[in-house]
Amino acid sequence: MSKFKKKANVKQEIPTSSMPDVVFMLLFFFMVTTQMRDTSIMVKQKLPQATQLRKLMRKSLVTYMYIGEPSKTDQFGKEPKIQVNDVFIEPKDVIQWVNTEKAKLDEFERDQITISMKIDSEAKRGIIADVETELRRANARIINYSAGFKKEI
Amino acid sequence: MPRPVPDIPNASMADIAFLLLTFFLVTTTVANDKGLTLQLPPPPEAMPKDVEIKIQERNLFKIQINSFDALLVEGEPYTGSMRELTDKIKTFVLNNGVDTESSDSPEKAIVSFKADRGTTHKKFIEVLDAAQRAYYEIYAEKLGVTVDQWRDIASDPERKADYNKSREGVPMQISIAEPTKVGG
Repeated sequence: MSKFKKKANVKQEIPTSSMPDVVFMLLFFFMVTTQMRDTSIMVKQKLPQATQLRKLMRKSLVTYMYIGEPSKTDQFGKEPKIQVNDVFIEPKDVIQWVNTEKAKLDEFERDQITISMKIDSEAKRGIIADVETELRRANARIINYSAGFKKEI
Repeated sequence: MPRPVPDIPNASMADIAFLLLTFFLVTTTVANDKGLTLQLPPPPEAMPKDVEIKIQERNLFKIQINSFDALLVEGEPYTGSMRELTDKIKTFVLNNGVDTESSDSPEKAIVSFKADRGTTHKKFIEVLDAAQRAYYEIYAEKLGVTVDQWRDIASDPERKADYNKSREGVPMQISIAEPTKVGG
């Protein structure tokens, strides 16, 4: 029994006085990097993957558009839909939407508006081509197909 | 008589901080703002109608995809890898008139890319990626950097000179045609 009673003389506690500091540091990091998403996405979003990704440079010029099969298929059907902000739109409404988005920018940079297209892998080219034609008409011609990173093709 | 100094209990501070930390950890979404950039052509209405532009067959590199995601490259079914397709496009663009079946010069070379309305976005991105990669690799080789480095240069407004130098004489001409309506 006496074997187990031996106690080491070394102090075993981990100093915890600096823990709040560490936690606060992490907290500030996440507070700064967090972006609250103001729209809830109502379509499937499994983005395709590509190797030659480029970063979007000026965030203030970027507007997002989501295309994919609706998450609530019983309510909206299985056909891919276009979502902007919080609503579904049809291809013919794209021009109007682009113009509202352009109105939010300064006049001299309206032509540089960048549309970030977040399109589900399974969406078909047909609807996307319709949207692109409307974007050309709306003179919003810089687009970015959002994609995930993959190493090799 | 000295007044007793009021003390705020700070033992729970770490708990509060942890709670906030957990909240931000959960709500954080790392913004994925990367993708393939593309410049669309002017609207169809603005295109001159009566002007017929003649492009020689040899200066066109045709890629077609049907609604089953099968590829047709230069008129022949293609089953190879995307890496090989990139290399094919590179040889086509840099042909400079050597092969009489291939392009005259990089300036005249056009990669024409046509999908069907039933083609999936996934396949479309795969092929567009391969085509853009071909051009980016040519640019990167001209500057003597890797493709990854070149893309950083391209995004950096301060290195515009390098960017323009690498693109000189080799414009990226990827034409995306209106999709066909028939399946199959």
